[in-house]
Amino acid sequence: MKDQTTIVLFSGELDKAIAAFIIANGAAAYDHEVTIFFTFWGLNTLRKDDAVKTKKGLLEKAFGWMMPRGAKKLGLSKMNFGGLGPQMIKHVMKKHNALSLPQLIELAQEQGVKLVACTMTMDLLGLQQEELIDGLEYAGVAAYLGDASNGKVNLFI
Amino acid sequence: MKTDILVDTRGMACPMPIVKAKKALDGLVSGQLMEVWSTDKGSLNDFQAWVRQTKHELVKHEEENGVYKFLVKKS
Repeated sequence: MKDQTTIVLFSGELDKAIAAFIIANGAAAYDHEVTIFFTFWGLNTLRKDDAVKTKKGLLEKAFGWMMPRGAKKLGLSKMNFGGLGPQMIKHVMKKHNALSLPQLIELAQEQGVKLVACTMTMDLLGLQQEELIDGLEYAGVAAYLGDASNGKVNLFI
Repeated sequence: MKTDILVDTRGMACPMPIVKAKKALDGLVSGQLMEVWSTDKGSLNDFQAWVRQTKHELVKHEEENGVYKFLVKKS
């Protein structure tokens, strides 16, 4: 059986999401089976760039407006400077030939990294499956623990 | 030594060198040789660890004008 790596992405900031996806892609290159479990603010990484029409209550709609819509819209955990920080970091990353977050997500999917969205927190934040990118699995804590129990590397980001 | 595949990752940043190397190695059969070029300064430690964990063999490594060259034999 292959070694396993599991990562919980709880945070919804660009720098933390990049770190999670670099580790996930590296672990896949280590021939590990890799799972990233997205919960709470981490779910925003998986949102589609464009708004999707859904049936929602007012509170859920408000959450949708207030949270970043997708990997391109995430802010930085430090030095965000009202959205200027992410632009700076993206510029520097390009200069250093580092992959952008959308590219890292694509690479992870290509390498067979399992992306799992936590359904309970999706309900709390009012996010629906149609609003998230394709190719995800939907599960809860038991599915995560099932993978993590066999994991050699388990991270909470 | 004759290599079976050359993987040129010069200019690419972490984690691309090992991602590319892994993909190339998947296409080889046991005993074949892969050469990897990288300009990522962390790649010496990266490749040593990666080869050890994935049970392949680092036959040779050298650095030449900022380019790291690794020769990996597939297990």
